[in-house]
Amino acid sequence: MKNGFRVFLAALIALGASWCGFVLAPVLQLGGTKQTTILNSPDLYPVGRPGEANQGLQVYRTHGCAACHTEQVQQSGVACDLVLTSAGNNPMAVTNAISSLKLNDLDKDAADAAVDKITAVGGKAEIHIVATGPDVARGWGRRHSIAEDYLYDDPVQLGSVRIGPDLADVGARLPDANWQLVHLYAPQSVVKDSAMPPFRYLFRIQKIGRAPSPNALVFPKGFGPPAGYEVVPTARAQELVAYLLSLRADVPLHDAPFTQPLAASKP
Amino acid sequence: MNVKEIKNPSVTEIDRSCCVPLLALFGGAALWLVGGSVLGLLASIKFHAPDFLANCAWLTYGRLQPTADDVLLYGFCLPAGLGVTLWLLARLSQTPLRGVIIPVFAANLWHLGVFVGLVAILIGDNTGFAWLEFPRGGSVPIFFAYLLLALWAMMIFAGRRERVLYPSQWFLVAALFWFPWIYSTANLFLVAWPVRGVVQAVIGWWFANNLLVVWTGLIGLGAVFYFLPKFAGRPLQSHYLALFAFWTFILFATWCGIPPGAPVPAWMPTLSATATVLLIVPLLAVLLVIWQTVRGSILSNWNNTPFCFFDAGVDSFLLSGLMLMAMACPRISPLIQFTWFGPAETQLRLYGFFAMTMFAAVYYLLPRAVGIEFPFPKLARVHYWLSLLGIGLLVVPLAVGGVLQGSGLQNPNVAFADTTKAMLPFLRVSTTGLLLMLLGNLLFFVNVMGLTLRWKLALLKKFIAFVKSPPEPESAYASLRRDKEVRA
Repeated sequence: MKNGFRVFLAALIALGASWCGFVLAPVLQLGGTKQTTILNSPDLYPVGRPGEANQGLQVYRTHGCAACHTEQVQQSGVACDLVLTSAGNNPMAVTNAISSLKLNDLDKDAADAAVDKITAVGGKAEIHIVATGPDVARGWGRRHSIAEDYLYDDPVQLGSVRIGPDLADVGARLPDANWQLVHLYAPQSVVKDSAMPPFRYLFRIQKIGRAPSPNALVFPKGFGPPAGYEVVPTARAQELVAYLLSLRADVPLHDAPFTQPLAASKP
Repeated sequence: MNVKEIKNPSVTEIDRSCCVPLLALFGGAALWLVGGSVLGLLASIKFHAPDFLANCAWLTYGRLQPTADDVLLYGFCLPAGLGVTLWLLARLSQTPLRGVIIPVFAANLWHLGVFVGLVAILIGDNTGFAWLEFPRGGSVPIFFAYLLLALWAMMIFAGRRERVLYPSQWFLVAALFWFPWIYSTANLFLVAWPVRGVVQAVIGWWFANNLLVVWTGLIGLGAVFYFLPKFAGRPLQSHYLALFAFWTFILFATWCGIPPGAPVPAWMPTLSATATVLLIVPLLAVLLVIWQTVRGSILSNWNNTPFCFFDAGVDSFLLSGLMLMAMACPRISPLIQFTWFGPAETQLRLYGFFAMTMFAAVYYLLPRAVGIEFPFPKLARVHYWLSLLGIGLLVVPLAVGGVLQGSGLQNPNVAFADTTKAMLPFLRVSTTGLLLMLLGNLLFFVNVMGLTLRWKLALLKKFIAFVKSPPEPESAYASLRRDKEVRA
């Protein structure tokens, strides 16, 4: 390393290579990503979020929600469930065939072979594909997140720390708008021991007029404002909840298949 | 003109030439350091009382925490690193800094940019990308201030008297070049003309890694390779090993940062994990260079505060490198991903390694550049112990708690709320760590400000002495003219 030009060249080569690898190549590979078709359906995925939900993404950004929440579900693998749909004309033979099969930890080939055996004796069976892993078992989603899930988001809010739970599929697992609003206003009223700070400044407390506001929050017993008052969400709170409810990565795709319903989850 | 005929400028002359720009860079940096610690402490208190300051939108956790991080990085780390680079390049090139007004202007422009960025995040005008939160009003001034400072540093470098480079110069010059490239790429692709979908996340990780790991690594190691041989009284052992460390570091470290399991095509995390594991090569090379250089002189330097700061910095560099490797390793990463382990690594790198290294350099070089001693030199020692204890109490609980949190997250039978609750005792200790760091930073601020004040007083005294001084004895020219008048 005798002169300054060589240092410049070294930096140019090293940084230029990683620029090509992690800036240029992803843009070329993923920049033209299009909608994909949902598995076993002609519908396209994803469709853009409705306008209010898109505004809500900006509320999510300005409040730095991604400092505590991720929006990415992971899975460790897939398992196959065998579901008998018809015993056929000879149930005894099907029962015998099933009892001769090993049904634990089936992979796709073993499951196909088992279906063939059941079909051979006149029964009918289907294979259900199930994503596995702690996130899926928690009910945070039915499959892992993939690149297409974020196609229409700007900025993409993947997050890096789970100080709060993952939100990739929160619209599917907690679809009650009132619950979401109450949770934003007073998190501890619906989730005991929650570490989430309240976002009271996104709401207005007002005297109940001639008739209660149709938007007023319905609180669990013992929380809520004093009698004669009601808590009304501002436009920003409503947009944020519209965004949260639009977070549903709940359709099976070619790259992330599944056929099982959503596991029961806690907030 | 023959260069050899010019008299070499003295060391004092070179040091003094950097005085005003360094005071501008370090003064603001010390202020941001304290400001960032206060914001970080406020954010940390929210874990013990979620209701604390909750009625104020601009003090919500999601705004405080990124502001604290950015103020530490852009407010302290970058200007301090640039100041140290200016001085090191001037010393190593035996060339004084010329045209002082431009770097002073750039330093002030920089601090203005940080102020705009800080206010912007607090009022909610952030870009939404980690470590790149400053919107245009903050990022544009910062970018141009950096260009000016880097240009002036390169002018010093170009005027050097010794053509053969010392290892520190490779690291510093490469770092000067690194930031404009990554910062412009990230701002153009993410903020100005955003790319679509998850590519945003990939570019965000690439940028954050190149700034937090590569840029800080280059500047920090550049300083360490200059100062440690000086303190140890032995030349760097050896230049070839340092060259090897330089090449392997920039080749591997620049590819780190894409987390395993990210929702992107699998080749990206795989490539990134491979590069991160290979990072062990430059880490070992750095360890070997430093060990062979300082071996035998550690005890005799025990009372040398800058040496102790450097020592802690190098240890933090190696440790945070190992933590980075653990996070990238596919076997270990499921246990620590999405936990406090990541923030612990970042804090160890930014504060334990980079800020500690910069403290050491500033304590050594600022009195020499200004020609005035620190007003409270003994407080530097207290600062060292507070920082060391503080960063330990911050990082160790977060890392250990992160592993526990991660094993909870990996077990679906453990309720999520329980994983959060289990973190609370660790977070409590880490708040104590932040408090100690804040106290240490205050001492640093007091010393830097005290020195600036002394410098200003000295200037004022000079000025007063100049005004009060008796009129100068009649000049030869005037007496000549009077003689003429008399004769006429």
